[in-house]
Amino acid sequence: MKWEVVIGLEVHTQLTTQSKIFSSASTAFGAAPNTQTAVVDIALPGALPVMNKAAVDKAIQFGLAIGAKINQKSVFARKNYFYPDLPKGYQISQFELPVVEGGAITINVDGVEKVINLTRAHLEEDAGKSVHEDFHGMSGIDLNRAGTPLLEIVSEPEMRSWQEAVAYAKALYSLVTWIGICDGNMQEGSFRCDVNVSVRPEGQKEFGTRREIKNLNSFKFMEQAIKYEVNWQINEIEEGRKIQQATILFDPDTGETRMMRSKEDAHDYRYFPDPDLPPLVIADEWIERVKATLPELPVAMQARFQSQYGIPAYDATTLTSSKEMAAFFEAVVAAGADAKLASNWIMGDVSATLNREEKTIADSPVSADALALLIKRVMDNTINNKTAKDVLKKMWESGDSADTIIERDGLKQETDTGAIEAIVDAVLAANPKAIEEYRSGKEKALNALVGQVMKGSGGKANPGMALELLKKKVS
Amino acid sequence: MKTVKQLSAALAAGQVSAVELAQDYLARIAALNPKLNAFITVDAEKTLAEARAADAARAAGTAGLLTGVPVAHKDIFCAEGWKTSCGSKMLDNFVAPYDATVITNAKAAGLVTLGRANMDEFAMGSSNENSFYGAVKNPWDLNAVPGGSSGGSAAAVAAGLAPFATGTDTGGSIRQPASFCGITGIKPTYGVVSRYGMIAYASSLDQGGAFAHTAEDCALLLNVMAGFDDKDSTSLEHAKEDYTRDLNQPLAGVKVGLPREYFAEGLAGDVAAAIEAAVTELKKLGATVVDVSLPNTKLAIPSYYVIAPAEASSNLSRFDGVRYGHRAADYDGLADMYEKTRAEGFGWEVKRRILTGTYVLSHGYYDAYYLQAQKIRRIIANDFVAAFKDCDVILGPVAPTTAWNLGEKSDDPVAMYLADIYTLGVNLAGLPALSIPVGFGSNGRPVGLQIIGNYLGEAKMLNVAHQFQQATDWHAKAPIL
Repeated sequence: MKWEVVIGLEVHTQLTTQSKIFSSASTAFGAAPNTQTAVVDIALPGALPVMNKAAVDKAIQFGLAIGAKINQKSVFARKNYFYPDLPKGYQISQFELPVVEGGAITINVDGVEKVINLTRAHLEEDAGKSVHEDFHGMSGIDLNRAGTPLLEIVSEPEMRSWQEAVAYAKALYSLVTWIGICDGNMQEGSFRCDVNVSVRPEGQKEFGTRREIKNLNSFKFMEQAIKYEVNWQINEIEEGRKIQQATILFDPDTGETRMMRSKEDAHDYRYFPDPDLPPLVIADEWIERVKATLPELPVAMQARFQSQYGIPAYDATTLTSSKEMAAFFEAVVAAGADAKLASNWIMGDVSATLNREEKTIADSPVSADALALLIKRVMDNTINNKTAKDVLKKMWESGDSADTIIERDGLKQETDTGAIEAIVDAVLAANPKAIEEYRSGKEKALNALVGQVMKGSGGKANPGMALELLKKKVS
Repeated sequence: MKTVKQLSAALAAGQVSAVELAQDYLARIAALNPKLNAFITVDAEKTLAEARAADAARAAGTAGLLTGVPVAHKDIFCAEGWKTSCGSKMLDNFVAPYDATVITNAKAAGLVTLGRANMDEFAMGSSNENSFYGAVKNPWDLNAVPGGSSGGSAAAVAAGLAPFATGTDTGGSIRQPASFCGITGIKPTYGVVSRYGMIAYASSLDQGGAFAHTAEDCALLLNVMAGFDDKDSTSLEHAKEDYTRDLNQPLAGVKVGLPREYFAEGLAGDVAAAIEAAVTELKKLGATVVDVSLPNTKLAIPSYYVIAPAEASSNLSRFDGVRYGHRAADYDGLADMYEKTRAEGFGWEVKRRILTGTYVLSHGYYDAYYLQAQKIRRIIANDFVAAFKDCDVILGPVAPTTAWNLGEKSDDPVAMYLADIYTLGVNLAGLPALSIPVGFGSNGRPVGLQIIGNYLGEAKMLNVAHQFQQATDWHAKAPIL
């Protein structure tokens, strides 16, 4: 039987506010335990929550970025359950009326575009952390994270493969970091994914029973977890067992998923509107104010890059994978570099080097201006492309400008025809077979000789000029 | 018995110092509290330190109208450095590390804390028998309950252990003990007094307020307590008022509404007689009486006893033994720690309401109970809005009877709930109301008249009460102890 995979995601993004969602305590990561806690965060008797409007701003930004409806009135509700890292015994979240409803994100898997619809996005507070090291037989509680604002983003179950799920998560990730509502630090838990997975026989309308993989904080783990889970579910069904609804965890060490709690153990959260917080009312003026602060979004920027700079769609998409990279590209072009060359260099050597060194473009030791100068030296034939790659490497290591390196290392391209002619003559003399082939109609035979001319010139010959000369001499 | 107004004048004239005044009251508390059990915590050193600061402020010329006047605080308001127990074993070891806004405001006004008044555990109760620290006795009759939940505050003022006191009212917890103890008590419009630092019972109903002998003194304390607070999201953004401003307005032309449902079956004859006499007195003062209707009065009881426990079940979840308060000594794992801690830390009435509240919010019951109760709540509020089209204030009894005997209803929670019939609607609607003494029942226990105001109609309500008290002396009567 052929099986169809159905996947929906719930993503918790930590919002980049200075203070917590309902208190004035700092949200900075890494402080000593329980030092960033106001009376609200440790749930002292009598403490009351007060909405942080900055968190609402960020929810609105997200809603606008995905073309969603911003609800004029949304309601905070209490989700009741007991756990030591949940100081009030309830989490303040949104239930029936979320702040953002609908919207969509376009993903691209192997060149095929697909629109994934979102159900909703709602504001809520994060819990604290249980600390199990250092306490023999006991657990410690750190409430620094308690009350950190989260936007929980819920997709429709519209993904049909792990590739689509990962592409969606990545697209979402790049969007929330692009608009700056999330710092994207997955190690610190700023972007956490719960993945709902089910399978059904191809053609069946009804969904299969889903299991929810909790708290995946890397795209690699997400891929592994979904692959494992899908196989497991298909295997279960094929062996005649039924899938039971459950919450499961992925263990990166074993690469397997395991049960956290079954449906029978599921909490009755007893949601009800939080009487400490009036409904969140968002007037049009508020939305307009936020709209004015929203940066140009990737999709708009991709279109502009194609029309303004004449670069292909593939380049435009790659260059807008992060705001920093897009800005870098525009800066290189603004400094006088050809757009297509700039795109090639950024997507090619620059990105490769950054990846190798696990750096982002923001940390690039070669500035946009410096790269532009290098490209201009290729454009004006001062150096050839191959030399330019070496120059970039040296720029990367030393921080020197392209001109300094070209001058110092004598890399200026040889444009003196006489000097190159001698080398060309020598190369032709040594390769009579190639000449024969060329004359018998094999055009490319001479191309192989260009490399030898380059070598003979110590890399300084202009390859175009060398080919011209070779052709001239042979014909 | 001295009123706050008199004490304020004596302090201003230098006839008495804040320290002397505090010492007088502390001595009276030491003598009478063992009989009444009105206070959970008294700390003479702390009190005298505050009194000395008040005297210093007066010497420096920075004293306000009430600087140096002593006050008793219900043990529900967090006060830095004071044990804040909320009448519960759960918080028997809890010393608050911060001040409630009510406490901050009282300190800013120079009030001197006499101590922490006893109360029903977590403000749940109508008799003050649910306190971990034992029942409070009614100063008029030591066999009678003082009412609840702010029974300690009411008994303290009635017995002269404090000139005024703070309290909270979720379903009648200021008005009913004021009525049972023969003093004046005011519950303002929801949102007038900040709930920040006031330990929550039912957040959408809880409201701080004041006890004193007179309406005028209540107005003075409310002036201190009230005001917008950005730390409480349900606080009303409302300009600061002087609640004494209309006290001396004549009552000519004031329309008082008598809801017929408040005078129907269930109201004791002696209470009805005292209320009717008070209405006659108000007519003499120029008020006109109109007949109004609050047709859904009876529905207030089931609506309240769904909504309040629902909110309480969630509000009290934080008392889990993890961070502060009681924790069971021996337990096996997390679930056992929670169970034992909460089984040991909470009393029966609190457990009853947590269970009720958990039930009505549960999957499959939410619509039938909680949502239905919220609908009734709106209907009840609409009834009041309609009634206020025809009158300026609404008058009626506070409770169907005078104070009952200690132990009389403690085994019958439903009978106790039914006694809240005239007070619950006000909380559900968020309206202000007060209680003033208007006589005694056949058993010699006080009867209170409830005056209900329109939204933010505190000044009008206080005006009616004050004019009545200018013409009568029920408020000046004191129990013999």
